[in-house]
Amino acid sequence: MELIFEGIRKALWLLATLDPEVMGITLLSLKVSGVATLVSLVTGIPVGAALALSRFPGRQIAVGLVNTGMGLPPVVVGLFISILLWRNGPLGFLGMLYTPAAMIIAQTVIAAPIVMGITLAAMQQLPKKLRLQILALGATRLQVVWILIREARLPLLAAVMAGFGGVISEVGASIMVGGNIKGYSRVLTTATVMETSRGNFATAIALGIILLLLVYAVNLVLTHVQQRERPQ
Amino acid sequence: MRPAAPIIAGESLRIVRGGAFILDVPYLEVREGEVLSLIGPNGSGKTSLLLTLAHLATPFEGVVFFAGRRVGADCPVLEYRRALAMAFQEPLLFDTSVSENVASGLRIRGLKRSVISDRVAEYLDLFGISHLRNRSARSLSGGEAQRTNLARAFATKPRAIFLDEPFASLDPGSREPLIDDIQRVLEKTKTTTLLVTHDLMEALRLSDRIAVMGRGRIHQIDTPDEVMNRPVDETVAAFVSAGTVLAGLVIEKRRDTFVVAVNSEEIESAGAFGVGESVGLYIRPENVTLSIGLNAVGQKRVTGARNVFPATIVRIMPLGFYEKVLLDCGFPLVSYVTHQSRKALELREGQRVSASFEATAIHVIARGRREPPEPSSC
Repeated sequence: MELIFEGIRKALWLLATLDPEVMGITLLSLKVSGVATLVSLVTGIPVGAALALSRFPGRQIAVGLVNTGMGLPPVVVGLFISILLWRNGPLGFLGMLYTPAAMIIAQTVIAAPIVMGITLAAMQQLPKKLRLQILALGATRLQVVWILIREARLPLLAAVMAGFGGVISEVGASIMVGGNIKGYSRVLTTATVMETSRGNFATAIALGIILLLLVYAVNLVLTHVQQRERPQ
Repeated sequence: MRPAAPIIAGESLRIVRGGAFILDVPYLEVREGEVLSLIGPNGSGKTSLLLTLAHLATPFEGVVFFAGRRVGADCPVLEYRRALAMAFQEPLLFDTSVSENVASGLRIRGLKRSVISDRVAEYLDLFGISHLRNRSARSLSGGEAQRTNLARAFATKPRAIFLDEPFASLDPGSREPLIDDIQRVLEKTKTTTLLVTHDLMEALRLSDRIAVMGRGRIHQIDTPDEVMNRPVDETVAAFVSAGTVLAGLVIEKRRDTFVVAVNSEEIESAGAFGVGESVGLYIRPENVTLSIGLNAVGQKRVTGARNVFPATIVRIMPLGFYEKVLLDCGFPLVSYVTHQSRKALELREGQRVSASFEATAIHVIARGRREPPEPSSC
């Protein structure tokens, strides 16, 4: 218990003093996971919507792949991204391994299927005739998709929460492709792992608490938006 | 008076699923300014026909013409859909305010903000929902939601409007005033309307023409008077009558009438059918009169009508303003009586009564020729 209290005390101290190293790690975590969530929304929502609205041979397989992707193990993603970006790998010429950009790529690969899967489910929950109604109002295909996404916006906020929550808390891929380099690619999760392995439990707990607070703060904002929009 | 030109026409419209025809309509036209109702039981293909004519059913065979232009060839599908509007049974409103819902079709068309604002105000007022303009669509009652749905459809000022059972899910308190309002709006705007309904009364009230559908086909398309009083076949008769449809064989030809054997009874009908012809007799329930008191031997009571039968009341069902009486006269017969008549005659289930109807009150449908039955000995 002493360890935990010590960790909480230290977390408060690090936050109160705006410790430059911790602030840097926190900001990088936010930046990497925020950009990865944004990219996964931009790619995942259209793909999820297209899967929900279209019928083509092999659709079931595609939906199965998306659902499997929702539980993609971060270390497996880390492994494949590492191989791709490895010096002698297919994308080695980009020189991106052990950079925040590589972490964004890995986290996007983790978050995109989550966003796709939730988008797919959200769109399928809309009334079947709604699409016909929108078409009958004279909408183009693009307008139909846009209106349907707008109608599914409340469950889509859950996609944002799940996507962001999934990537900010993952460690396997980030440590493998980011390298946990101090002041460059160290984020809250990789730093927590490192401090724990060194036996600096108080610092590790402090970083863990900051991570939790960060996730809570982001979800609080999204939940507020979701509940405000909820039909009475 | 010449009928108005068709604004929408469908040719060789077919939908086949699992080897069976869901829809098979060789030709249908919707004339400019008319209200055409598609009626029929559930699963008769009404909504499939409506969606096909709107180019919303996929896949379908056939061609749709809009103002003489072939949709998808001479007339782009988007242009056609923007000339139409549609309202389904479920209001399918967007998760926003009432006024935004009414504006949605106009926004989709990219109209100017000032035009949208004026049009929304006009149609909110027309459907009596101006006071709801800022309300969330999710908080509306069924009647309010359907009014918003219809205002959204009419606000685009469509050349033709397709209504798919728009009153079906409403309670009577919301339904009647809304039908009145739609009638008023249609009279005012003269919008060409295709109305799908399974409610005959609704169709009779609103339509210039009625098409009766069954199993994906149109059995009859005509004025309400013709459809109600001169159904072309048993499917139409069964749907529009809510009464008696009997099958029988002509056994005797008289001067202006003929006699039809139905079960062991004989029914006399006006018309010119020959002996041996198989016919369907269609007797509207309001043309069947009931009286109490049979003659001494429990046989036909003397009345002015050609057809008088002793009958047993099988069942009495209240139907709002009147009651439906199911009778057994050796063949089934349906009659309508008012509450007052039922009380005055003290009608009850199991009671013996006289049922009578005129020979001229029967509508006869030819069913083909069969051999006459052997004369009965009793």
